[in-house]
Amino acid sequence: MDYVATGSNVKVLAKAIHSLSRIGEELYFESTGRWLALRTVNSSRSAFACFHLCPLFFQRFHTPQGDSFRCKMPIKSVQAVFKSLSSLEKTVEKCRIEWKPEQSQLTFTLHCKMCSVLGLLKTHNLSFQDCESLQAVFDKERSPNVLRAQPRLLVDTVLHFPPSLEEVTLSVTSDRMWLKNHVEDESDQSQAMMTELYLSSEEFEDFVVTLANQHHFCLKELSAPTAPPPDDFMCDAHGLIPHCYGTSEIAGPSTQINQPPRSTHAPTPPNHRLFSCFSLSSSQFRSLFFGSVLPTPSQGTSQTLQGQDVLASDSEDEGSP
Amino acid sequence: MWCELLQVNFFDEYQIEGVSPDANEICLEVAPENLSRALKTAQNAKSVKIKLTKKHCPCLTLAAELPSLSSVSRVVTHDIPVDVIPRRLWHDYKEPSMPDFDVSIYLPPLKTMKNVVDRMKNLSNFLVIEANLSGEMNLKIETDLVSVTTHFKDLGNPPWGDDASQSRSQSRDPAAMAHARLDIKKLLQFLMGQQVNPSKAMCNIVHKRIVHLIFLHEDVSLQYFIPAVA
Repeated sequence: MDYVATGSNVKVLAKAIHSLSRIGEELYFESTGRWLALRTVNSSRSAFACFHLCPLFFQRFHTPQGDSFRCKMPIKSVQAVFKSLSSLEKTVEKCRIEWKPEQSQLTFTLHCKMCSVLGLLKTHNLSFQDCESLQAVFDKERSPNVLRAQPRLLVDTVLHFPPSLEEVTLSVTSDRMWLKNHVEDESDQSQAMMTELYLSSEEFEDFVVTLANQHHFCLKELSAPTAPPPDDFMCDAHGLIPHCYGTSEIAGPSTQINQPPRSTHAPTPPNHRLFSCFSLSSSQFRSLFFGSVLPTPSQGTSQTLQGQDVLASDSEDEGSP
Repeated sequence: MWCELLQVNFFDEYQIEGVSPDANEICLEVAPENLSRALKTAQNAKSVKIKLTKKHCPCLTLAAELPSLSSVSRVVTHDIPVDVIPRRLWHDYKEPSMPDFDVSIYLPPLKTMKNVVDRMKNLSNFLVIEANLSGEMNLKIETDLVSVTTHFKDLGNPPWGDDASQSRSQSRDPAAMAHARLDIKKLLQFLMGQQVNPSKAMCNIVHKRIVHLIFLHEDVSLQYFIPAVA
């Protein structure tokens, strides 16, 4: 396996990794002939994030025929390769990711343009563990609610909440979306500052709400998708399980002059060069299936609850909702 | 610290119904961090409304109308919990009276003073401010290993006028220094917190007792009292 990313795509790769590190502690790495997937899931298996990088993202994309490679490693080790985002842009020309079947390590090599004559190569050999493919189970087609917006909207919204805030509540009705900070403890309520923000449906590119409801999120995970900013960012409130995904047209390798035209949106993964997907289920995960979400009275509650798939398979008993 | 703002310079609309017609005031205790954070998010707002409300507890509700991508504005609302101070405790919160000072002097440029005090904090925990009525001020630190003094001249002394209570300073030898020893962190914290350059910055020293700093900027006054340490 041999992949090379050049120019500004190195920074995009780094940002994707940093963005994943905000959600999970392990990076799941999967490469096939069609794409390279970087995925993670959080410890309570209530948030999932994934970046699919298509061959056009890379200058060199060599996966041996019929081979696919899958591993996982601590995300901190990969982050250490791409330490400082600002200096990456200035100093790194090329990033090469290699693996040979007999090796037990994944090699990341950064080619730095320190000096035109000498150059500088930073090589990182990262040990990995074998693993199963990490997948989130959801079906976009079955989403009763679809919200689609420019990423700037999400960034501007999240800014009003303190970075240390644990959870937010997201509610949708037919013409508005509300975000409120969520305070669990009764006693905390008298001390805590409550912040509420609403966005009218007009601010979204698409706003289809057939099932008005509420979710609680961990704010840290909601703000992770905002880096790197996709061109097109969609948030599906899939009944009880919202997930967000974005697609980006990224500049091809520096040797390529013409960019291919933006293709029509295809099912996962699309022909865009960078496809990112974040599934955020409520942190009150199990309690969702016991009716703690509030649908509008006109909707058939039982009908909605029965049709849901489990987001991530975690059968741990979390106690009563 | 005591700060006063004239509401008429800040608010288009201002309504208050105090405790009673003869005591038309409300006294609230609030965590400054909450208020500051709420105001920060409202920086680019088209308008901001502040109301005293009762939610789960008394709150200052700050509603900011923000610019948005559509014709409908975004509204962010912050409910900041406050404690209402009962009237019987109001005397604790009255503006402190101006102490009978020995010397009153204008401060050097804030930026310079910040830099000097910032560097001094690395050498000592205490700093001595001394000044006289001839426009001279010294900032001194002294430890076993080193002593450093920064001298300022021609600062000017504010003319407080023929007030009987200022008589102590009237009959004073203009060259004689009044000084007070302060915790350097307290002074630095105050200097670092200033966002704008005040139009007037004064320092009144009660020899070995208190340093009283007064900043005036347009119609806002800010006073800071720092007790001297032995």
